[in-house]
Amino acid sequence: MSANVFELTDVDFAYRDAPALAGLTLAIPAGQRVVLLGANGSGKSTLLRLLDGLSFAQRGTVTAFGAPLTEERFVDDATAMAFRRRVGLVFQNPDVQLFNPTVFDELAFGPLQLGWSKAEILARVGQALESFSIAHLRDRSPHRLSGGEKKRVALASVLVMEPEVLLLDEPTAALDPRSASEIINLLVAARHTGRTVITATHDLDIVADIADHCVVMQAGAVVASGPPARILADVDLLVRTGLAHAHLHVHADGTVHRHHHLHAHGVGHTDKD
Amino acid sequence: MGEQSFIAHRSHSKGLIGRLSHGLAHAVQHIVDAEDFASRDGLLQRLDPRVKLAAVLALVIVAVASRSLLVLAALLVVTTALASLSGLPVARLFRPVWLGVLAFTGLIALPALLLVPGDVLIRVPGLGWPVTLQGLRSAAFLVARSEMSTTLGLLLVLTTRWAHVLKALRSFGVPMIIVAILGMTYRYVLLLLELAHQMFEARRSRHVGILAPRDGRRIATATAGVLLLRSLEMSGDIHLAMVARGYRGEPRTLDDFAFCRRDWQALVVMIAIAAIALVVGLWSALP
Repeated sequence: MSANVFELTDVDFAYRDAPALAGLTLAIPAGQRVVLLGANGSGKSTLLRLLDGLSFAQRGTVTAFGAPLTEERFVDDATAMAFRRRVGLVFQNPDVQLFNPTVFDELAFGPLQLGWSKAEILARVGQALESFSIAHLRDRSPHRLSGGEKKRVALASVLVMEPEVLLLDEPTAALDPRSASEIINLLVAARHTGRTVITATHDLDIVADIADHCVVMQAGAVVASGPPARILADVDLLVRTGLAHAHLHVHADGTVHRHHHLHAHGVGHTDKD
Repeated sequence: MGEQSFIAHRSHSKGLIGRLSHGLAHAVQHIVDAEDFASRDGLLQRLDPRVKLAAVLALVIVAVASRSLLVLAALLVVTTALASLSGLPVARLFRPVWLGVLAFTGLIALPALLLVPGDVLIRVPGLGWPVTLQGLRSAAFLVARSEMSTTLGLLLVLTTRWAHVLKALRSFGVPMIIVAILGMTYRYVLLLLELAHQMFEARRSRHVGILAPRDGRRIATATAGVLLLRSLEMSGDIHLAMVARGYRGEPRTLDDFAFCRRDWQALVVMIAIAAIALVVGLWSALP
C-alpha cells in the first residue's frame, strides 16, 4: 500500500461554470491529522467530497489507498462498500446527515449498509452511544436535538463504522463555545488511534489542537502547507487567503486597536497597525 | 433547533404567512408523532409488517370493489377499532384524515350530485338544479372509498416504522427504485418542512404590522419558488450523506422479519374479513 492515503495531481472540478478546484495537487500521508484551511469558497468542501468518492475529478488524477478514485470503480458494489468502510465523511450541515427516525437508527445506519451482523451492530452502536455521551439521546428524533448534540450524533454515526480515514467538514461551524469544545475534545481524544483525519475549517482556534499538518487553500488550489505553528505564524499568508483580517479590538484596559487577531492558542494576536 | 424547537412554539399570529408557518410546525409534529406511535406496544404494532401490508392492500381492493355503502361503513368501523386497539387516538384520524378527505374528495364528487341522471331528491334553491338519488350514491361511494383507503394507509404508516414499511414493500417485489424514492421522500420531507417554516419565520420577523392578504399570497408564492430551488440542492446533499455511509438503494433494518403464530392468525382473520366484505359488497349490488 502507498504511504499516502490520498494523492491528487493537477485536479480540476467545477460546478457548471463555477470552478471549485483548479490544478490542485496534494498528498495526504497515512495516519496524519491534516487541516485544510481556507476562506469560504476556497474549495475545501469540494475537495472533501472528492476524497470521499461523492464527486469525481473532471481533470487530473485522484488515488485512494493506491488505487484510482473514479466513478467507474464505484459501480461495483464490493469496491464501493470496501471504500465506504475505510473512509467516513462528517458533513458540515448535520441536518442533511441525520435522516433516521432516532439517534440509535442513525448510528446503526452505516453498519447496516455495510452488512455487519446484528450482534456486532448492537455492540458497536452501544459503545459509540456511551463514548460520545449520547446514550440518553438514544431514542430521540435527531430533529429534536440541539446543534451541539446533532454534531456529536453526526460524528458518532460515522465513527461507529471505524473508518481508517475521517473527513470532517467544518466540525465546529455554528456551534456555541462549549459544544465546539466538546467536539474538539472528541477529536483530540481520537489522536492516538492512528486514524487519518482531514478537517476542513477556517476556525484558526482549533488548528493547533487537531492538526499535525496544515494545507492552506485559495481559489481551489493549495497555496501553502506546513506545520500548524509555521502556518499560523505567517500572518501575511492568513490575511492574503482571507483567514485573518484587520478589525477593531477592545482590550481589557478599554483601549481600542485595529489589528489582525488570529485567536489561535499559543499564537496570540499580532498587531499590524 | 434544540429542545426549544419551533415545534413547541404555538404561533397564534394571523395572516397567511402566520397560518402557513403554524401549519408547517404541525406537519413536522405529525411526522415525529407517527414514529412515536409506531414504537408503541399495540395490536398492530406487534404484527409482522408484511401481514399489515398484505391486509391493507386486500382491504383497499375490497373497498374499491365494494358496491355497498353499508360494507364500506362496516370496514371503516373495523379499521377505527383496530386503530383504537393500537393506541391511536380516533381524533388523530378524524380531523386530518376524515375531514380532510371529505373536503377534498367532496369537492370532486360535488358535480356528480347534479350531473348523474336519476330520481330527483331535491332541487338547489334559487337555481332549480336537480340533486338525484343516483348522483348522491355516486358521490357517497367516491367519498367513502377515499376515506377508507386513506384511513387504511394511515393506519399502516402509524403502526409501522417507515423503514419496515419499505422493507415489506421490497419483500412484496416492489422495485428497488420505487422503494428508494419513498425512502428519500420520507427523509427529505422533514427537512423541507423545517426549511419552509424557517423561511416563513424569517419573513415574519422582518415585517411589522399585518400583511394584506394579497401581499401574503405573493410572499407565500415567492417563498415556494425559493424553497423548490433550495430543496433540490438539499435533496442532493441528503442523498450524498446516505451514499457516504454505504447506502446503495436497498433498505436495510436491524430487525429481521419473522412470521410467528400471531402473524398467521392475524393474516387469516384479515383475509376472512376482506373476503366476507368482498362477497357481501358485490352480492348486495346484484339486482
